[in-house]
Amino acid sequence: MIYRFMEGLGQYFLFLGEVFHKPEHWREYSKSFFREIELLGFSSIGLVAFISVFMGAVLTIQTAINLGDPFVPDSYIAIAVREGIILEFAPTIVSLILAGKVGSNIASTLGTMRVTEQMDALRVMGINPASYLVLPKLFACLLFNPILIVFSMALGLIGGYYAGDFLGLVNTEIYIMGYFDDFDPFFVVYSLIKTFVFAFIIGTVSSFFGYNVEGGAVEVGKASTKSVVTMSFSIILFNYILTNLLLQ
Amino acid sequence: MIRIEGLQKSFGEQHVLRGIDVDFYEGQCNLIIGLSGSGKTVFLKSILGLHSVDGGSISFDGRILGEMSKKEVKSLRQEMGMVFQGSALFNSLSIEENVRLPLDFFSNMTPEEKAERVRFCLQRVRIEEESFGKTPAELSGGMQKRVAIARAIVLNPKYLFCDEPNSGLDPETAIVIDQLIHEITHEFGMTTIINTHDMNSVLEIGDHVILMEQGKKAWEGRMDEVLSSDDSSVVDYVFRSNLFKKLRTALHKS
Repeated sequence: MIYRFMEGLGQYFLFLGEVFHKPEHWREYSKSFFREIELLGFSSIGLVAFISVFMGAVLTIQTAINLGDPFVPDSYIAIAVREGIILEFAPTIVSLILAGKVGSNIASTLGTMRVTEQMDALRVMGINPASYLVLPKLFACLLFNPILIVFSMALGLIGGYYAGDFLGLVNTEIYIMGYFDDFDPFFVVYSLIKTFVFAFIIGTVSSFFGYNVEGGAVEVGKASTKSVVTMSFSIILFNYILTNLLLQ
Repeated sequence: MIRIEGLQKSFGEQHVLRGIDVDFYEGQCNLIIGLSGSGKTVFLKSILGLHSVDGGSISFDGRILGEMSKKEVKSLRQEMGMVFQGSALFNSLSIEENVRLPLDFFSNMTPEEKAERVRFCLQRVRIEEESFGKTPAELSGGMQKRVAIARAIVLNPKYLFCDEPNSGLDPETAIVIDQLIHEITHEFGMTTIINTHDMNSVLEIGDHVILMEQGKKAWEGRMDEVLSSDDSSVVDYVFRSNLFKKLRTALHKS
């Protein structure tokens, strides 16, 4: 098992070597990049917005119920919700969801291109398929995922505020003040660093599995599932490593 | 001309190509025939450089593939066009964009010149202008094959490769595709290599026919020699079906 893991890791780094070839036709890559931004980025806004609003709302309700003590000011609930959303829920949970949505899309798209010989067609034309197909997707993830996460943080906080107000769980004036109390901007930086690493994992791991599919439609499905599982493991593992490195 | 000498390729213990020597001539449709598993596709992909070979050499008009630098191989690739079995068109691009892609990468043409070249190639394979904006999924199998041919010839290649261009097509469309490849080969003086199972293609357009058997060249000749040959490999391959057995008997009687 360790041998297989090391072999897979080696293949992954060889694949990265192929991907990071200097593009010779920037214009074609940039066209592809904008297509990917639309396909992988903009199409995820609705999902991220929906999840973030309700995530913030649930977090506020749970925190308010658990801290339901007249001696605990509502601003403490807001602080707990804020830290929860900025430090963990927005970067990690949303990245896990993006790994499922965007990652499986990338793996199945590339896998299908592999089994239908579209990659061979590119190679025959003299185009490096790894670089041409993967780099735009990777850069789209690296650029757009942090934007989505900041968007998710904002919507999570707004969702939390409205849930508290709507259900009458908090005094809204004190609650909103709590959002700004003792705020450490480094927490946002920490979240963005995590998001950047997670975006790299999503972009490259899903591409690796899709790019190396052999067989037919069944193998494409299997590769897509494997990529989501591997991405989820990697995100959780790197979440731990980065938290240890950056917050201690 | 493409010259193959002693070509060998194995996948682990399995020897797929066992020393093939053959010349493919310019301005001719060179057909490779053989049973499934005889090594035709591996042979074609090895010539294209999609598979690394274990032995032998492949030369394109005297330029040996294995001795070329990466830059030279890249430039050679621009002299090649390939029509894949499943067409291999890019689903995210329109028909026009599919055909224009090689030009976007490898030509210094202005956008107007590219549009003109794309229009010429698509009209040459009889694709109507109203289909230019469609995606491959909106086209029939025969039309997809024609677009794949247009994409393969857009850079005006010297070498055209076709892997089972008729597979999955009805007999009438298959004849249209065969004739199109034949016409284009003669019109542009290309060296065309076609992998096929289709005996009709062999008899229609086989200027030069190579029969492969278990990774070796079993026979080679012209299309008119296929039916009259007494070579056991040819007889075994060609006259498997009852139709061709009857045809052979009729030929012998006449």
